[in-house]
Amino acid sequence: MKLPVKMTINGQTYSHEVEPRLLLVHYIRETVGLTGTHVGCDTSQCGACTILMNGQAVKACNFFAVQCDGAKLMTIEGLAKNGELHPIQQGFWEKHGLQCGFCTPGMILAAHQMLERYPKPSEEQIRHQLEGNLCRCTGYHNIVKAIQWAAEQMAGKK
Amino acid sequence: MATASIERLIGKSIKRREDPRFITGRGTYVDDVKLPGTTHAVFVRSPHAHARIKKIDTAAAVKHPGVVAIFTGKDMTGVNSLPCGWLLPDLKVPPHMPLASDAARYVGDPVAIVIAETQEAAQDAADKVKVTWDVLPAVSATDKADARTSAQIHEVAPSNVAFKWQIGDAGAVDTAFRNAARVVKKKIVNQRLVANPMEPRACLARYDAATGDLTLWVTSQNPHVHRLLMAAFVLGIPEQKVRVISPDVGGGFGSKIFLYNEETICSWATRQIKRPVRWTSTRREAFQTDAHGRDHVTEAEMGFAADGKIVGLRVKTVANMGAYLSTFAPAVPTYLYATLLNGVYTIPAIHAHVTGVFTNTTPVDAYRGAGRPEAAYLLERMIDAGAAALKVDAAEIRRKNFIPKFDNGFQTQVALNYDSGNYAAAFDKLLRMLDYRKARSDQEAARKQGRLLGIGFSTYIEACSIAPSKVVGSLGAQAGLYESGKVRVHPTGGVTVYTGSHSHGQGHETTFSQLVADELGIPMEQVEIVHGDTGAIPFGMGTYGSRSASVGGTALLMSLNKIKEKGKKIAAHLLEASPSDIEYSNGQFQVKGFPGKAVPFGQVALTAYVPHKYPDGLEPGLEETSFYDPSNFCFPFGAHACVVEVDRDTGQVKVLRYLAVDDVGNVMNPMIVDGMVHGGIAQGVGQALCEGAVYDEGQLVTGSMMDYALPKADMLPMYETDRTVTPTLVNPLGVKGAGETGTIAATPAVMNAVVDALAPLGIDHIETMPLTAGRVWSVMKSAKR
Repeated sequence: MKLPVKMTINGQTYSHEVEPRLLLVHYIRETVGLTGTHVGCDTSQCGACTILMNGQAVKACNFFAVQCDGAKLMTIEGLAKNGELHPIQQGFWEKHGLQCGFCTPGMILAAHQMLERYPKPSEEQIRHQLEGNLCRCTGYHNIVKAIQWAAEQMAGKK
Repeated sequence: MATASIERLIGKSIKRREDPRFITGRGTYVDDVKLPGTTHAVFVRSPHAHARIKKIDTAAAVKHPGVVAIFTGKDMTGVNSLPCGWLLPDLKVPPHMPLASDAARYVGDPVAIVIAETQEAAQDAADKVKVTWDVLPAVSATDKADARTSAQIHEVAPSNVAFKWQIGDAGAVDTAFRNAARVVKKKIVNQRLVANPMEPRACLARYDAATGDLTLWVTSQNPHVHRLLMAAFVLGIPEQKVRVISPDVGGGFGSKIFLYNEETICSWATRQIKRPVRWTSTRREAFQTDAHGRDHVTEAEMGFAADGKIVGLRVKTVANMGAYLSTFAPAVPTYLYATLLNGVYTIPAIHAHVTGVFTNTTPVDAYRGAGRPEAAYLLERMIDAGAAALKVDAAEIRRKNFIPKFDNGFQTQVALNYDSGNYAAAFDKLLRMLDYRKARSDQEAARKQGRLLGIGFSTYIEACSIAPSKVVGSLGAQAGLYESGKVRVHPTGGVTVYTGSHSHGQGHETTFSQLVADELGIPMEQVEIVHGDTGAIPFGMGTYGSRSASVGGTALLMSLNKIKEKGKKIAAHLLEASPSDIEYSNGQFQVKGFPGKAVPFGQVALTAYVPHKYPDGLEPGLEETSFYDPSNFCFPFGAHACVVEVDRDTGQVKVLRYLAVDDVGNVMNPMIVDGMVHGGIAQGVGQALCEGAVYDEGQLVTGSMMDYALPKADMLPMYETDRTVTPTLVNPLGVKGAGETGTIAATPAVMNAVVDALAPLGIDHIETMPLTAGRVWSVMKSAKR
């Protein structure tokens, strides 16, 4: 038995019939075909599938697609506008905040939410706010620096 | 036409060229590759640590809607055992069939593959496969494997012993210990770890029935090795009909070196059903089936003279191999471990005995550092124990024992010949960064307030740039460990490099481009780096053992030199000069002493492909391939320090400072090297403080990220890193290797810091990691004072 879902992802509307048990992350990756959102675990620890749902950073593995009928989502593919990188993306590039790149989309979108809450986060705040996102390559050092860099850029633009 | 000198890129922190695709979500990992008609595979795995398979009933599962095929081990006729690529003398090599059909020997051992139209159908049908098990006694503890004779895992290995191996001079150690002022003895447990790259393993196998070609996309650190082992040794299909592609790979840390059951079975299955077969590991499967790391139980004795000089080292290690021999497993606790037991110290006599044992656990193989972290951990724990016993300062005892500075060769007691080293210099720099005297006085002040502050050191040596083929061949390796690099100059002057190295986070597309740009005097944007595709690259041994820059980079440099030499012949003809009179700089071939008499690189490239005005007898085209086999390993070294505070009430350890001085030889891109050091430190801290795979009677208790604690951002500080630079003479780039240093050094630095913090309680050693709050609390509770 499939159920209809309709949602807006990165400004585009998608309608599909899906199995009730289909996770949102698999809907995004397999049904819609946006593969920038990654699956790194099956217990909602790693945060690689972090997206923005109605402006909030959420783990897309924690929802069934059918629960998100009518939602507005943004995935990593929707962050850069008109080919211009978002300051957080730019920060990860400038400060070498990624190595293998697998956790990066989730990290960037978690940072997006963080900087809305705390436009000038302390190092401690950044580290605490990243509790739900795991990285195995960087030791987090340059991720912290990337987010600090982005915070400075975004403060300058306001 | 004189040109201004072009700025060299090697040695500069050039931003990574690969990043734009990753930060926009446009990387292509294996699970992102979508092919029409793809089927989905789910494996039926053993829930038992050890059980005979009496019957596998697939009747109900086959009828499940959407099922395409189900195969068990009995269906895979003509398929051979997964090979072990490193054969020690008298090694017991049990068969390791891709699908177990006689018995399962660890939880997760695959016994059937279910292939269906959708992932959901495959999962549901897999639940309907009925296996009748005859549960057998199991053993998982490393130090009990050879005694638990009721749990006989393989017929070929009585008492579950895979090998007994030794190195060094036992008699010399006996003599040294008789004359020693003090011999310190400790039990040291190096616990089992799970690599946990963020991207789980995955594969997609496609057989093209029209051509007979098999293409395998797989998360591999070494696609050519995957192809050779799988095609030639297991499936018996011609290598030239198999193409292995390892696209963007989300971290490896060793766990993606090995040939595993799953990609082998999917590659076999696609040939049966003639449709693509896809499998992506869940994290739970990753915990159960990715090769684990470490897992040693050791009795170590270190003898000291009265002045604190080390006189000898005796080591008896039991190393857990798991249920089967993974691809390079026997090498890790022998040639990558015991040969490093000389460390950076003058140790006149060393003997090590290693017993490899089978247990009903996931196979163990190389995990970042592979053997070298175990060696460094042992040495650094023992030298601190010696310092405590002799009441010598931890820094002082190290300084007293360093091998003096040398530029070209130091023969150790355990086979290796170090390339170059200046160990005291790195350590002294570390002490200055730490402000050691102040750190100790701060510690004193804190102790007076009842706080438990600790300072821990570690030094390390690493054998990387793996490896001289003849040497490893004589030690049991079934492969050569050279690397290839092909340079193709296009008619328009652009360059494509095909390297056998593989990047899964290391940034080859940037560093190798820097090298090409510098050598050819062309912009980086004119250079493309291709890796991870056996269809494009001549051959390659891949990336592990900190070998990409030193071995892969040197192969690339050799090809660049050949390009320049051929270019000189073409330019000489164009300039009507002798090739010996042509020099190449800043992208120009010019006649020596006549700066105006020159042709640019692009014109030479075009001439090579439009050879109208061309030297007689010279082949057209501008493309060169080189294979580089190093003459020796390279030996990075360094000194790390950690400052911790232990909560007296809870046992919680907080890392206050972490400092590292590494010497990796010349550095191609400092930003990238620093990043690898950071990540390595985090993994080393993880082993010391939170990571550990725990088995209970063969059941993996830590089977998910809920139970196995990976380091998070809020348990780590900003790292204070610096370098000394002692280039190697082994390769022309002078680079040693940087990928594993942090992992090797960090675990003992943290452990020593915690033991130092607890010294006022009379504690001089803790046998077992990780130092979770609970464990530290227990240690404090049982302390003498």
